[in-house]
Amino acid sequence: MTTKEYETYYVPAQSHWPIVGAVALFLIAYGSGNYVSDHFGNNPTDDGYGGFLLIAGLGLIIYMLFGWFSNVINESMSGKYSHQLDNSFRQGMSWFIFSEVMFFAAFFGALFYVRVFAVPWLDGAGNNVMTGEVLWPDFTAAWPLLTTPDGTETTAMGWFGLPLLNTILLLTSSVTAHFAHVALEQNKRLQLKVWLGLTILLGSAFLGFQVLEYAHGYSEEMQLYLTSGVYGNTFYLLTGFHGMHVTLGTVMLIVMFFRIWKGHFTPENHFAFQAASWYWHFVDVVWVMLFVFVYIL
Amino acid sequence: MTTDVLNDQDSHESEHHDDHKMTGIKRWLYTTNHKDIGTLYLWFSFIMFLIGGALAMVIRAELFQPGLQIVEPDFFNQLTTMHGLIMVFGAIMPAFVGFANWMIPMMIGAPDMALPRMNNWSFWILPFAFAILLSSFFLEGGAPNFGWTFYAPLSTTYSNGSTAFFVFAIHIMGASSIMGAINIVVTIMNMRAPGMTYMKMPLFVWTFFITAYLLIAVMPILAGVVTMLLTDTYFGTSFFDAAGGGDPVLFQHIFWFFGHPEVYIMILPAFGIVSTIIPAFSRKPLFGYSSMVYATSSIALLSFIVWAHHMFTTGMPLFGELFFMYCTMLIAVPTGVKVFNWVATMWRGSLTFETPMMFSIAFVILFTIGGFSGLMLALTPVDFQYHDTYFVVAHFHYVLVTGSLFSIFAGAYYWLPKWTGHMYNETLGKWHFWCSLISVNLLFFPMHFLGLAGMPRRIPDYALQFADFNKWVSIGGFAFGLSQLIFLVVVIKCIRGGEKAPAKPWDGAEGLEWTVASPAPYHTFSTPPKID
Ligand code: HEM
Ligand SMILES: [Cu+2]
Repeated sequence: MTTKEYETYYVPAQSHWPIVGAVALFLIAYGSGNYVSDHFGNNPTDDGYGGFLLIAGLGLIIYMLFGWFSNVINESMSGKYSHQLDNSFRQGMSWFIFSEVMFFAAFFGALFYVRVFAVPWLDGAGNNVMTGEVLWPDFTAAWPLLTTPDGTETTAMGWFGLPLLNTILLLTSSVTAHFAHVALEQNKRLQLKVWLGLTILLGSAFLGFQVLEYAHGYSEEMQLYLTSGVYGNTFYLLTGFHGMHVTLGTVMLIVMFFRIWKGHFTPENHFAFQAASWYWHFVDVVWVMLFVFVYIL
Repeated sequence: MTTDVLNDQDSHESEHHDDHKMTGIKRWLYTTNHKDIGTLYLWFSFIMFLIGGALAMVIRAELFQPGLQIVEPDFFNQLTTMHGLIMVFGAIMPAFVGFANWMIPMMIGAPDMALPRMNNWSFWILPFAFAILLSSFFLEGGAPNFGWTFYAPLSTTYSNGSTAFFVFAIHIMGASSIMGAINIVVTIMNMRAPGMTYMKMPLFVWTFFITAYLLIAVMPILAGVVTMLLTDTYFGTSFFDAAGGGDPVLFQHIFWFFGHPEVYIMILPAFGIVSTIIPAFSRKPLFGYSSMVYATSSIALLSFIVWAHHMFTTGMPLFGELFFMYCTMLIAVPTGVKVFNWVATMWRGSLTFETPMMFSIAFVILFTIGGFSGLMLALTPVDFQYHDTYFVVAHFHYVLVTGSLFSIFAGAYYWLPKWTGHMYNETLGKWHFWCSLISVNLLFFPMHFLGLAGMPRRIPDYALQFADFNKWVSIGGFAFGLSQLIFLVVVIKCIRGGEKAPAKPWDGAEGLEWTVASPAPYHTFSTPPKID
């Protein structure tokens, strides 16, 4: 610790938000479990209350986030927070982003494994000659895997067109987010609003185009489905989880936009804004990885 | 380490803060206090320990003699699965988080954990996660029956319908762990009292620091693998299905990339606890403090490149078999450094043998046995024989029960006076120790022989030649289970009364936690102590 004089570390008194959040997560998890088992399990049925629980849980968690964050914002605005506490938030957010990186690492790991090992082995590579011969004699290894061992066929999503456009959009938005941050640090509020607004627009455009891309994938012409073998699996799970993160990031940026509108944040004190922009850069980096390993190579 | 604590710390604390403390159930639901949350974690873990233990009693009753007596084979599989899940995720891990919550702020001179509200959230997710998991016993197809390792295709193609509940329970449990770990890391990085440099931190704090990193790194991997499991089971993907170009072995790779660091998540904090207790009762500083720090770090780093030692029999390429064999054997080096240091700490010390010390000494010896059997399993050709036999069961119970669990007992006895303000009953503590020690070896040692003779794990029935050993194992199991009730009695008695504990009941103990009163005031170190 470098501060000479000791500032009291703010330890909040009781709070009821965490337990609300725990109940919300319970409803989400239990509701999803029910919903998925009922609708996609061995004996699908249409009755069941899983969907309601899930929706209730999602509503509750939004309510919780609102309440919790307004608590934090009020405390911060009334000057309860020390420099040290600000540091705690920053470090907490950084490690959260690191854990997200590891989440994507699991899916990238799966992608690399099937490309480098699993698919070639099914065609008899390495010491697996008999696997190819006996189990899948008609199978030829290739990536993208357009014909699976059991004969499901699909087509590959090229990188030109929408994906390339989306790459440009997202990279640009990272730059505009950075400009917004610089503007905030120089206390240029109008520029801040413009750059941030632009970032939000770019992010939303990205999401819109991704929906188009999915629609294209699911068209008769392409027949690239989530179920189209391991190429479709990795494609949709990686881009899908990325898209969910972009959505979350956009929501964060929108919240920041409203807070700035209300006059929050100073050049010295803007942790929340910084956290949102870190998150944004993170989804950007993940996209670049995706673009290279899912689309181009 | 010498400490110069403000003398008026105690009186100062109690004046200002008592107004924060609510009473009744709300205190526990809404609390942001690290001591309250630590207590919650510890009780939760103890309850899970008893539930998981009850399942184990049924397992051992079924295995008492050959043939099918008590339970159906499918239900037997549910028992072993749930026993493993509950003990790993419900008993051992939360117990350590409980220790972290109680002790880390006090040991580094911080007023609380860095993010107190998130701390509450991390805890309260857990009871819900385990409620979901346990409720799956009442599903039509029953609880998860695919082993705590939930290998595909057992959990996908052949799922009994519990996979979705299992996956979502793991998801929120993992969220809880990640938040808990972030809190520990941030607390240690940001909240140390002025003057407490990293290399002055108690080793206990170091081990939790490194463990928390492991958690942040691998819990998301677990989240990823259960997600693929979910989509494979319900949404038609084929990550783990060769027909669609995937590979069931891929499941094992991802799972064990999480799983092996996970076993270190369960043992590194144990190292921290015994490294605190052994010096205290040897009345000597820990031998080789910095080598302990480096050994712990290298164990943590190595734990990321040894995962496939769980998969020697899956037909990996030869290079993989060799690579993972040598890397695994390499871990024995830093582990050996640690065992050496514990022994060297005791060497020529003025030892006394209170219950925490007894459990710690037992830890050193019995954990080492578990390490040795691990080394045997790490030898690829040998593992072809031992894999999926009771030898593996013996190995991981030596490291987890006589390792992790014994360290938890040791730590609980050691800090109970600080937590409750009363001395525990030493006679009962010794009874607990000796009963546990004898029964645990009766329980797990013969499993080595059973495994070497070829008895497979996870089966409800076995060939006749295994009958004698299994009978003794079951007797040991029941005795061990019963012995834990002594612990429950000790703890309850200690909470309700007993000899008043001084601020520092162990004359050889070191650390800031002993500079505050017993029981520790509700808030400690609102102003940080100065460390020279
Ligand atoms: C000296 C260090 C260690 C070595 C060399 C080692 C090695 C191994 C090996 C090779 C296996 C796989 C055996 C098989 O399935 O054929 C194994 C299994 C296992 N080890 Fe260790 N181990 C060590 C320490 C630990 C520690 C400290 C823990 C936990 C606290 C642990 C927990 C486990 C568990 C739970 C399994 C069984 C997993 C399962 O299949 O259910 N090990 N160990
Ligand atoms: Cu391992």
